[in-house]
Amino acid sequence: MATCKEVSELVSQRLDRRLGLRDRLRVRLHLWVCDACARFAQQIEWLRRAARTAGALEPRLSPEARTRIRSKLGLRR
Amino acid sequence: MRRSLAEDLVQETLTAALTARERYSGAASERTWLIGILKNKLIDHLRRAGRETLLDPHDEVDDTIETMFQNDPGRHWQSEPSPWANPSGALEQQQFWRAFADCLDTVPARQAQAFTLTEIEGLSSDEVCKVLGVAATNLWVLLYRARMRLRTCLEQRWFVPEDG
Repeated sequence: MATCKEVSELVSQRLDRRLGLRDRLRVRLHLWVCDACARFAQQIEWLRRAARTAGALEPRLSPEARTRIRSKLGLRR
Repeated sequence: MRRSLAEDLVQETLTAALTARERYSGAASERTWLIGILKNKLIDHLRRAGRETLLDPHDEVDDTIETMFQNDPGRHWQSEPSPWANPSGALEQQQFWRAFADCLDTVPARQAQAFTLTEIEGLSSDEVCKVLGVAATNLWVLLYRARMRLRTCLEQRWFVPEDG
């Protein structure tokens, strides 16, 4: 039986690569019986969705930065 | 990313674009062209930052992560992940994004870079490995540690603040 630490590593890795058959099986069996790891797996998957959302938000320059950059570029407002 | 750094990169981008404006063919939209330049500036910056930290003894063991698990044979959680209330609602709250940014700031630099490039910028593993100068196996470790820290921090700061 895989340990919780191993499983936490594997459920992170499966977001980044395809796990081998043996690891997929170990993870599945463990998650079946371990609520803590199952929750962890859901939460880091949610973390990925949250980060993707953050990537899609449009950052805006502060007015001060806008003024500073404009003057640096020799543009008038 | 620090706001001042973001602003510096935007400034460098606009300066570079102004200098190279004759080479803008109009084939892509101005926005796409500028974002292309900005991406290169960002990658340059991370390469420089990466080189500076590359000399660090590569942290084989991360004590913070180690202490999140017990030393029993099953390496059980020291403190089990708690159920989160209404995670999707959090995404619509500005305060949540502040907590998210604060938590990302507490993650060690290279782990945070790996996370930002992979999850926020959506670069491929190959691209991130090139930027950070690491092998894929190292990238997985960096991402694991970043996720562990971020998850714990968000849980404490947002999802399960102290019991009432």
